[in-house]
Amino acid sequence: MVETEGKSIGTPSYLELRQELLRRDRSLRDKVVSLEDATSFVRDGDSVGIGGSTMSRTPMGMIWALIRAGRKRLTCSRSIVSSDGDLLLASGTCDHIVTSWFSQGILWGVSKVMRHYVETGKARYDEWSHMAMGMRFRAGAMGVPFMPIRSMLGSDVQKQRPEAIEIHCPFTGEKLLLVPALNPDVALIHVQRCDAYGNAQIDGLQFMDIDLAMAANKVILTTERIVSNDQIRRAPDRTKIPFFAVDAVVELPFGCAPHECYGAYEPMLRHMEEYVTLVNGDPVKGMQQYMDRFVYGPKSWSEFLALIGIEQLLEAARAGESIYDA
Amino acid sequence: MLEKRNYTAAELLTILSARQLSDGQVVFAGVGIPLLAATLAQRLRCPGLTILFEGGVIGAFIEPGKLPPSTNDQRCTKRANMVLGSAEVLLLLQRGYVDVGFMSGAQVDQYGNLNSSFIGDPLRPKIRLPGTGGGNDIASLAQMIVAMKHEKRRFVEHVDFITSPGYLHGRDTRRKSGLLAGGTFRVVTDLAVFGFEDEKRRMQVISLNPGVTRERLQDNTGFALDFAPHLGVTEPPTDQELDLLRELDPDRLYTG
Repeated sequence: MVETEGKSIGTPSYLELRQELLRRDRSLRDKVVSLEDATSFVRDGDSVGIGGSTMSRTPMGMIWALIRAGRKRLTCSRSIVSSDGDLLLASGTCDHIVTSWFSQGILWGVSKVMRHYVETGKARYDEWSHMAMGMRFRAGAMGVPFMPIRSMLGSDVQKQRPEAIEIHCPFTGEKLLLVPALNPDVALIHVQRCDAYGNAQIDGLQFMDIDLAMAANKVILTTERIVSNDQIRRAPDRTKIPFFAVDAVVELPFGCAPHECYGAYEPMLRHMEEYVTLVNGDPVKGMQQYMDRFVYGPKSWSEFLALIGIEQLLEAARAGESIYDA
Repeated sequence: MLEKRNYTAAELLTILSARQLSDGQVVFAGVGIPLLAATLAQRLRCPGLTILFEGGVIGAFIEPGKLPPSTNDQRCTKRANMVLGSAEVLLLLQRGYVDVGFMSGAQVDQYGNLNSSFIGDPLRPKIRLPGTGGGNDIASLAQMIVAMKHEKRRFVEHVDFITSPGYLHGRDTRRKSGLLAGGTFRVVTDLAVFGFEDEKRRMQVISLNPGVTRERLQDNTGFALDFAPHLGVTEPPTDQELDLLRELDPDRLYTG
């Protein structure tokens, strides 16, 4: 690790980054595993990058499985964090969130769960600007240790992040902020379809997922559907993540529930409303009740979906597919 | 119509914000009142207004009654010109393609700085708020319009935490910190419309909303107000503005 004034900022040296990549089996091979088996790719204490943004294409099924597998002390980074962050903190799976915005959603004000864990110091929330998060993943994907940006300067957001370093540009003399590369140990990304090798197609909004996939040292894909490699090859322009960046593939229909997956389903807002009312009423007992019923209770992801209910799933799917209507 | 129509504070705020926009502009909008205001302007006067969302959308065109729950939902992309990565759309701000950023916050201060991160001491906060999202990027890199409800606890001399920079500590402190472009252009509230004086870069009242006196405005503000020499009075919302706004947000998600 690179030392800055004695403090490790978690930025690997270039050769360490290359070594991590060399250790992976990047051959064209079948990577399909069960949801439970995919959890073995994440170790306690790992830095985990989470794909999607707010309530969109959140890898909720994978997060749900990691909580059930009892992973601990994860550091989770994401462009914008929603109820996924509530679940990660309340279950004790994660004690450190790195993001630009963390609440359940604009509709519901401030997450009482986030407030409880962050205000009591039980968990840490490092705030970066949204663009800074993007440029940290971008630097990670590019194999360079930082990216220069022109935001955050002068604000208290900058003052709270001494790991970002202000410089005078060697070409223009202008002030710039260098934000360090983020290369998570593992990335969790949900896509609409991929093949067994991990060639992944993302429809609609990509958020920061492509940079995240290329920056991470391992990638677990969950997918609405596994398709044949022939189907991928018929439209290679739609492939956004190449197979050699992917380590595991899990077929998981409705894998973002109760969040949305572009073109497949919108968020299950009634479930979200019930969730928010329960947990913002009492962030400790409410979360416990929710997790007992919806995370630890079901035997499988399908059973969890059944608890949300067929009515809501169909309604969300109808709305989701309507994005392609004229 | 002879009788004066009633409207909520949020409706007034949305309508006055919409009036700040002009046709042909590229506007970066957050969900809630900023998006409603941009959409209202787009439908009433500015058909060539381009709305950007940080979820990665260029040219959003929101359908009445189908307001997106965040700027990252698929509803934001319906009838848009382009979808792209979140970093890419934020980089348009840095490159200089965005005319106006449109946002809100929990607190604003005399220099137009916004706080959406902490209430109280940031090291031991009374309330940890959600944070900047793209707010800091928008405020750092574009002309910013701030729309918020006017309350004394929100209009403070110094914000508890500068999440999104206005003119920082006034005068040239913004430029000296390395923020070479943009700055807070207008603050729109349910009581008045504010601009910023050229030299000190301090907030000043440019127009009072219908029925609002200087005294009432001062009583609801946490710092001593400056008034522009030619103080205006805001035109009340028109029927057309109110009707269209109610069509856009029929469930009163953001304008109740």
